[in-house]
Amino acid sequence: MGKSVARTVWEFLDERFLISDLVGFARKKTVPEHGRSFWYFFGGICLFLTAIQVATGGLLLLYYSPQVGAAHESVQFIMGGVKFGWLIRSVHSWTANILIGMMFVHMFSSFFLKAYRKPRELTWMSGFALLVLFMAFGFSGYLLPWNELSYFATRVGTDIAGSLPLVGSWLKTVILGGPDISQATLSRFYWFHVALLPVVALTLVAVHVILVQTLGMSKPIGERGTREIPFFPDFIYKDALGWTLILVLVGVLCVFLPWEIGTKADPLSSTPLGIKPEWYFTFMFSTLKIVPAHIFSLEGEKLAILGFLAGGLLWLLVPFLDRRARRGERSPLFTWIGLALAVYIVVMTVLTYTVPRL
Amino acid sequence: MKRRSAIDLFLGGSLIATIAAFLYPVVRYLLPPKRPSESQDTVVAAKTGELAPNSAKVFRFGSAPAILVNTPEGKLVALTAVCTHLTCTVRFEAETETLFCPCHNGRFDLGGNVLSGPPPRPLETFAVTVSGSDIVVSRRR
Repeated sequence: MGKSVARTVWEFLDERFLISDLVGFARKKTVPEHGRSFWYFFGGICLFLTAIQVATGGLLLLYYSPQVGAAHESVQFIMGGVKFGWLIRSVHSWTANILIGMMFVHMFSSFFLKAYRKPRELTWMSGFALLVLFMAFGFSGYLLPWNELSYFATRVGTDIAGSLPLVGSWLKTVILGGPDISQATLSRFYWFHVALLPVVALTLVAVHVILVQTLGMSKPIGERGTREIPFFPDFIYKDALGWTLILVLVGVLCVFLPWEIGTKADPLSSTPLGIKPEWYFTFMFSTLKIVPAHIFSLEGEKLAILGFLAGGLLWLLVPFLDRRARRGERSPLFTWIGLALAVYIVVMTVLTYTVPRL
Repeated sequence: MKRRSAIDLFLGGSLIATIAAFLYPVVRYLLPPKRPSESQDTVVAAKTGELAPNSAKVFRFGSAPAILVNTPEGKLVALTAVCTHLTCTVRFEAETETLFCPCHNGRFDLGGNVLSGPPPRPLETFAVTVSGSDIVVSRRR
């Protein structure tokens, strides 16, 4: 009886959603297995963490109030007044940071495996765009608790945007909703964080995942092995193991290091010592600190920002610039460039935290 | 029991336990926490002379609206303004000297008693005192 009801429900849903076809596709699909296939799992981990972000972010909306006079208090209420509020917020904050870390690992591993080469140019470009979008998520979300650190970090961040040539002043006003950080800024950052960015990011995630599913995983250049494993259930099981380990890590971090609330922002107070943005912006933040005030009679800061923009554009266009990889040949020059960039990011990030007066 | 069945049982049980462990905090989080009650026992509803005879004023009493009526004879009466039918806010009708709920045509007299319509219970009445220039409304004990 039970089985026949379940079968009827299944057939009803299958007829409408074509689930059998999807399962059939997943069963037929295979994933290459070789010495470096470990790096494939980081994409799945990023997707899993994104799902946690959506779920916990949605829950936080129940109690968060995007008003200057109430934002900090509402976060305090979530952390102390709502059952498991501390857990939901800590999971949201920790997974946001781990997600960006995993996206960096996923991007660089794809870079070194030359996974961007034809026909996966758009997979690379959509992935890089997602990293930039998730950094924007981090930047906009950082201000929402309206605490001292986030207030001044936002001021520094928007000042950097404001120093861009030609459009800087206009861009800063649009981001802030006025000349300085105010209620308008908090409203805008809230809108970016819960409305605009999710729509754009989830669309891009869909594009990225569809591309990965239709084109399959890229095999590293020179990989001769032909061993393949089924995507479902073999690869999915391994993926699930990675997700479980991440969950354990997040759980431990949330219990022993719940995300702090900070002191409520006071626009009239002095900037606190040791102000710095979220860790994934620090390599750019510290670069701006060490750049000389003037380089060849040009403003050093503006030159550095233009350098970052140009570097980002070149990084986006790597699939078209690396012609050797396009032809399926090894391209050591690009490997060295990627390695230099990775080392630069790691060193500058570490220096930010170890040399306070850099 | 076969080894495969035992493993299936163990994995299925673990999966259910994991899902339950995730759902429990989420369900507890969704239940609204108890906040301090906004209930009040006394409120200054108006100033003396503020209300003309045969007129009324809706004011906030705790978290709900209440209504203060100055009758044609100059007597002050106060009642909850929340209709006992489906919680719409009642209004004073000077022509009939009654309280009317426009949602479903419920009608009350100034003692709170139901005159017509679907309201199942009378409106709660409050004590009114004048203290200096304040008209003070209090919950009856």
